[in-house]
Amino acid sequence: MTATEPLLRVRHVVQEFQVRSTSGLKGGTLQAVSDVSLDVRSGETLGIVGETGSGKSTLARAILQAPPPQSGEVLFQGTDLTRLSRQELRRVRPHLQMIFQDPFSSLDPRWRVADLVEEPLILHKAVAGRAARGRRVGELLDLVGLDPAVHGSRRPRELSGGQSQRVAIARALALNPALIIADEAVSSLDVLIQAQVLNLFERLRRELNLAYLFIAHDLALVRQVSDRVAVMYLGRLCEVGPAAAIYREPRHPYTHALLSAIPKPDPSAPRPLTDAAIKGEPASPIDPPSGCRFRTRCPRAAALCAREVPELRTLAAGHEVACHYPLEPGVPPASPAPVMVNEGAGQ
Amino acid sequence: MSAVTAPRPAGQAGAGPDALLEVRDLSVTFRRGKSEVRAVNGLGYRVEAGRTVAIIGESGSGKTVSSRAVMGLLPASAAVTGSARLDGAELIGLSPRAMRRHRGADIAMVFQDPGRSLNPTIRVGHQITEAIRAHLPLSRRQAHERAVELLGLVRLSAPAHRFDEYPHQLSGGMRQRVMIALALSCGPRLLIADEATTALDVTTQAQVMDLLMDLKSQLGMALVMISHDLSLAASYADDVIVMYAGQLVEQAPTKALFSDVRMPYTRALLEAIPRLEREPHEMLPPIPGRPPDLSARPAGCPFAPRCAGARPRCGEQAPPVTEDGDGHRWACWFPCGKGEGQ
Repeated sequence: MTATEPLLRVRHVVQEFQVRSTSGLKGGTLQAVSDVSLDVRSGETLGIVGETGSGKSTLARAILQAPPPQSGEVLFQGTDLTRLSRQELRRVRPHLQMIFQDPFSSLDPRWRVADLVEEPLILHKAVAGRAARGRRVGELLDLVGLDPAVHGSRRPRELSGGQSQRVAIARALALNPALIIADEAVSSLDVLIQAQVLNLFERLRRELNLAYLFIAHDLALVRQVSDRVAVMYLGRLCEVGPAAAIYREPRHPYTHALLSAIPKPDPSAPRPLTDAAIKGEPASPIDPPSGCRFRTRCPRAAALCAREVPELRTLAAGHEVACHYPLEPGVPPASPAPVMVNEGAGQ
Repeated sequence: MSAVTAPRPAGQAGAGPDALLEVRDLSVTFRRGKSEVRAVNGLGYRVEAGRTVAIIGESGSGKTVSSRAVMGLLPASAAVTGSARLDGAELIGLSPRAMRRHRGADIAMVFQDPGRSLNPTIRVGHQITEAIRAHLPLSRRQAHERAVELLGLVRLSAPAHRFDEYPHQLSGGMRQRVMIALALSCGPRLLIADEATTALDVTTQAQVMDLLMDLKSQLGMALVMISHDLSLAASYADDVIVMYAGQLVEQAPTKALFSDVRMPYTRALLEAIPRLEREPHEMLPPIPGRPPDLSARPAGCPFAPRCAGARPRCGEQAPPVTEDGDGHRWACWFPCGKGEGQ
């Protein structure tokens, strides 16, 4: 791995599941992630935003090989994880950790906090000797803002949501990872506790030079933590770029719709508007629309959008968009695309 | 939508002079073994007809428990005291049977999880006709027509077709629309939406909020929206009530709350909201600690242990609710802004 090579390179990852049809619901191939490529550089935070069914969590799991993707490459520190055996993968996993949304269901309720944090150290034989491990557990709890003397002997049900998430973070940090995948890691926390945990992520990033893949549905939250942002819709990337550029000048109509749907913490701001930016219900990831998957809800959709899958192309430095008719900076975004032929409204 | 404005039972008109809902000194206590948890503590507020009031708070602030107390939906183990009058008619202390006459007909509620509020084994249309026929003297066929009309009212496409679908065949947003149709089925004057859009995607949330706002003005309802999200309140509410540890800590017309926040807790909430304007990696102003244990309520202001501006008095005496002339109320000895306190 050279100095300039990204820490994580995801190349053309595809993940599909077979779904049997049940009463009144269509079965088929659920195309959860379709040909997604992205990079995370060392020490960088890449945010992934998307709504239910966008494939963001499936992508995270495919990166961790849990389960491995159907096709594509996941290069972590230069090694393609998809080609590793189970045992080889075990040696890589310590450097690549995940934090989930619900801290209560990711911690065994019968274990004490200190044991929960010690477990990865034992499993991966990271620290030899009970005393040395105890010291490391103390350090880790300190690092995430828990008092080893007070919280170490508690069980998960004796902790608040924020404290449990801190325990999950301490576990993830135990093996000195280079990359943390945080999947909606603060979404279930109250806003003041969420701020505490976000500050913790930020402090750890600075102190330990951690890279994050930060997955969330909340665009404002992602904006606040990310250097770059990737927007997903129905298993495909819509737009990837520097956080500031994406939020100031979204080029994909879906990114624009997401941004305009966020309520602002300002009563004089206009109400979230959707009708002009997005219509109807999301399509199903089983048999998704041909061409651009957003076209069935897009106010700019034209004939070409149904025929051809738009490839990601670079519109400005580091700013890529997968759209046949991207929004122009400075042009009112609600204006229709050059041609308004809606022949492809069906499948 | 005349058909949705339900005929009301006689004997309720002309009761309240102006407030549609008036809550006074409402307290809810749960017994847990030997300890008592006071989930709501002396809450008071008014909702005027046609207004949208947001009740904002974190988990355990009492926002949901207080609304369920008003709806008579708390378990028997909850001790409810105080008063909640709807158009002058007292709701607290009613027998379950008497409460059932109000619930649905005068005051209805939409919950966070539409998946769990709907019966998975009954077609959605039948769940609506069941509610209609429980309150209104309509025939099966009339109730069916009205249910289809309601499904159209909440902007579900092909409402006649949706009538025969089961909840699992609908998306989360569509299920929440069904829940709203169900809540509106008997023409309530007050709709309580308890985190009704929290489980929905942001674009779906905007669509459902649009719908709620339209229905509210179309049907002349008042709306109480319970939420953890101050941004949602900023966008849709006329008035905002902020609760902490079971108490009202601040209430104001929405614009006044955001431009002239008085209670340090509200300010902390406002500062902790993720904002699009913030630069990446900005640290947030830290508020240490967490809300107090409601079974051992401290003397004084419940926020004092976490408040940067707390003085000795804050830990000793509970601050009364102070009100300026313009409907702005706060419970704080040393409020922010206007040169007082901090």
